[in-house]
Amino acid sequence: MVKKLLNSKIVKFLKDSPKTAVGLTLILIVLILTLGAKLFTPYGPMQTFDGLWRAAPSADHILGTTQAGKDVWTQTLYGGRVSILVGIFAGSIAVLLSLIVGITAGYFGGIVDNAITTIINIIMVIPQTVLLLIIASMVGRISPLAIGVIIGVTSWPWGARIYRAQTMSLRNREFIKSAETLGESKIRTLFVEIMPNMLSMITSGFIGTLIYAIMAQSFIEFIGFGDRMSVTWGQMLNNAQTTGALSSGVWWEILGPSAFIILFGAGLTLINFSIDELSNPKLRAQRIMRKYYKEKKAQEKLLRKQATGFTSNEGGVK
Amino acid sequence: MEAQEIKKPIFSVKNVTMDFKVARKGFLAKKSTIRALNDISFDLYPGEALAIVGESGCGKSTICRIAMRFYEPTSGKMFFNNENIHELKGEKLKQYRQKSQMIFQDPFSSLNPLYNIYYHLKRPLELYHPSDKETMYKKMDEYLTMVGLTPPKEQGEKFPHQLSGGQKQRAYIARVLAVGADVIFADEPTSMLDVSIRLGVLNLLNKLKRDLKKSFIYITHDIATARYFADRIIVLYAGHMVEWGDVDKVICNPKHPYTKLLIAAAPDPEREGKIDLPVIRDEDTEIRQWTPDSKGCPFRTRCPEAKEICARECPEPREVEAGQFIRCIHG
Amino acid sequence: MGSLLEVENLCVDYITENGYVRAVDSVSFVIEEGKSLGLAGESGCGKSTIAYSLMRLHRPPALITNGKIKMDGKDILSLSEKELQKFRWKKISMVFQSAMNCLNPVVTLEKQFFELYKTHGITKNKKESRKMAEELLKIVGIPPERLKDYPHQLSGGMRQRAVIAMALALKPRLLILDEPTTALDTVVQRDILQKIYELKEQFNFSILFITHDISLMMEFCDTVAIMYAGKLVEQAPSMKILKNPHHPYAYGLKNSFPSLQGEIKYMEGIPGIPLDLNCIPKGCRFQDRCFKATKICFEEEPGRSSRDGGFFYCHNPLELVKEI
Repeated sequence: MVKKLLNSKIVKFLKDSPKTAVGLTLILIVLILTLGAKLFTPYGPMQTFDGLWRAAPSADHILGTTQAGKDVWTQTLYGGRVSILVGIFAGSIAVLLSLIVGITAGYFGGIVDNAITTIINIIMVIPQTVLLLIIASMVGRISPLAIGVIIGVTSWPWGARIYRAQTMSLRNREFIKSAETLGESKIRTLFVEIMPNMLSMITSGFIGTLIYAIMAQSFIEFIGFGDRMSVTWGQMLNNAQTTGALSSGVWWEILGPSAFIILFGAGLTLINFSIDELSNPKLRAQRIMRKYYKEKKAQEKLLRKQATGFTSNEGGVK
Repeated sequence: MEAQEIKKPIFSVKNVTMDFKVARKGFLAKKSTIRALNDISFDLYPGEALAIVGESGCGKSTICRIAMRFYEPTSGKMFFNNENIHELKGEKLKQYRQKSQMIFQDPFSSLNPLYNIYYHLKRPLELYHPSDKETMYKKMDEYLTMVGLTPPKEQGEKFPHQLSGGQKQRAYIARVLAVGADVIFADEPTSMLDVSIRLGVLNLLNKLKRDLKKSFIYITHDIATARYFADRIIVLYAGHMVEWGDVDKVICNPKHPYTKLLIAAAPDPEREGKIDLPVIRDEDTEIRQWTPDSKGCPFRTRCPEAKEICARECPEPREVEAGQFIRCIHG
Repeated sequence: MGSLLEVENLCVDYITENGYVRAVDSVSFVIEEGKSLGLAGESGCGKSTIAYSLMRLHRPPALITNGKIKMDGKDILSLSEKELQKFRWKKISMVFQSAMNCLNPVVTLEKQFFELYKTHGITKNKKESRKMAEELLKIVGIPPERLKDYPHQLSGGMRQRAVIAMALALKPRLLILDEPTTALDTVVQRDILQKIYELKEQFNFSILFITHDISLMMEFCDTVAIMYAGKLVEQAPSMKILKNPHHPYAYGLKNSFPSLQGEIKYMEGIPGIPLDLNCIPKGCRFQDRCFKATKICFEEEPGRSSRDGGFFYCHNPLELVKEI
């Protein structure tokens, strides 16, 4: 019985918001496939199939094989684990850093704020991609984890600005002043009163950074700074590119990783939109507008009838 | 016959002046200073309500904020039980925070939207009157009943967005009670509430004043409610106290030209026909900004009785009748 | 004097996710030429909705679902878009609550007046428009040199006067004031309202004055109409409603304003909280807060009773002063 109730509420919510439904489905598909890779492919990611180099998709190998004779489908699934994990890792670092910096600057104001803002502005001026490439090129070919760290450490300024602005606007709200006059400590006010009011922003910030991190990671590896021995989406694309896959018509080697990147990224973006809708009711207007226009047409008909003298059952004053 | 008690003020303000630096137009222009309050002095006794009345920009909210220690006065002092509030530290500061609280104007943002009413009452109890859970809930229910939010168990679990404006303000008053404040600064507590609810909240404050002997500083721009609720009144203009004293005397028999103007401008349904406001038309019939260099009486540019001397000297306070004081050479 | 505007059974609904909320329910009133009608009520009573509907400025999800708004014999609700454009501002114009809501902050006053004249086809000549604008500003009491200023350079009272000048630019027959002075101080408020009334005498337009400040309205309006939870509960000449209100809500509202003269006595206001339009009870909408409610009030909606030059909707009206 309880399960039925739960199901109906969730189902209703998903029906109302197609964005959430589609987004969640996409993410779930990718996650299930990559995390449960063992269930979906009998092979290992580094398993080589002699004689089957650049083989087209067949019953045995759904997405064919790579230049080195490895199964594309298997590599996509296992590689997805690494890519997503690194993405989450990088996203977490970035969000944590930007939260701490942003909230501190916003709440304490004054000199602290000025100093932090200057630092943020300096880092923001440097184009992120260039910074990433410079660091990556200095360190040489690096593991996916290292890439994750670099991404996390260079992409926090954007978030910091947003959290700073939000904290500043919340700081002047009367319930914060009320906590101060009550004698609450500043730290407690920060974490118990201010931060929970920013939860939706923090969540969507995390998801946004996650998307960016996966893209950036794939990009760095695609350009060639990743570890050639690792199996990730970006590295697969790099392998395909350096061995001339596209020019020889070997589309399956590229399809695997790109499709998954796109699907996962699209799913996360849709979830982000629906979080926006949840926290800002005005955006739910689309659903109401359909209802509205239907009603409007009906009423216009009714009013036109009234104007031309037909009596309606609502009836005017005689 | 009752023995005459010498009443000691619970909160005193002595010669407080407050300046703010404001950036002027233009990139290289020097910052100019605005004097928000000039030489404010008054006493607040236990169990009384003192109204501070004036138009926007006159500095009435600034007095509140200085008392809550959001700012420090440029000169002058404020005393709570004879101690300078801006020099308090540690235990004494904690005591001051407990004994003086503020009610804000906007009921829609003075409660944290993520927590229910019980949370808002629990925090003050946890900070200042810790005890076991059962006693705390009993006390919270008592406060909720006192402010008229019944049944308390139901209202306590509600979140701010489930209450109406008047109920939110009452919940906030319950919080102030839970802290155990003796001096309450009410900054326009009813101006954002529906008209029919305002008197209910004011009557509640009146009850607290009479039954629990709380003292109030009631800040408002509405002279009629000041008369209804307060015992004494201060009229502020451009940061100066221009008339103050017993509320009936000041309102029914105003002596300062600005007070006369305020009363003439207030809506009065029983009055018929147009009235001529006793004021000189100024290009900007709004309050002038006072700076530390300004001289003379702040009201002179709009005063129908202004004389030459009014532009040179700021008048000193004097008592025109028992319990009624003005800063004016006329009247 | 004939009637300028007749509103019959106006109903305005708000379309929400959970159904329709009727913000204005079968409201009918009449504004006569050269007279002023005050529409009073608290938050959620529907008075601003009516104001916007009169000029069909209501935005989705608000929808006019019934009623007629007749001006000069024509129903405003049946006008086409083109006719509506010609009709707005020429016949009816509006002063909104906050001047900063209607003045474009990045454009000088002069340009705003020019755009006004250009859109309505009065003149395309900048010099002519400036001259006409200066005349208007003089009428409302703003020095003509301020025409070159941006809105933020004017004080609050001046901005509101500028907005009034713009509203009167095309000499409308009806001026709607939607809480024009709520954000202003008492002295400025009185100045502006007295100026508006001088202009009304001079140009003979009618006024619909919307506010929650009943005492202010009784001083300035000829007739007062009081709304509660979307319904019009009483309408009467202002002197009569002050001395002899029939509806308990009107009586309660009158008792929410302490006076500046006479004895200070205990006043109650109105107990309870404003009605939530999502749960409208059966019978009279004021039942929860009414001190005169009887059994019939919980079952039937009261009908209209005319008395004393006005009307009200109540089963148990008050009779403070015996009629002769």
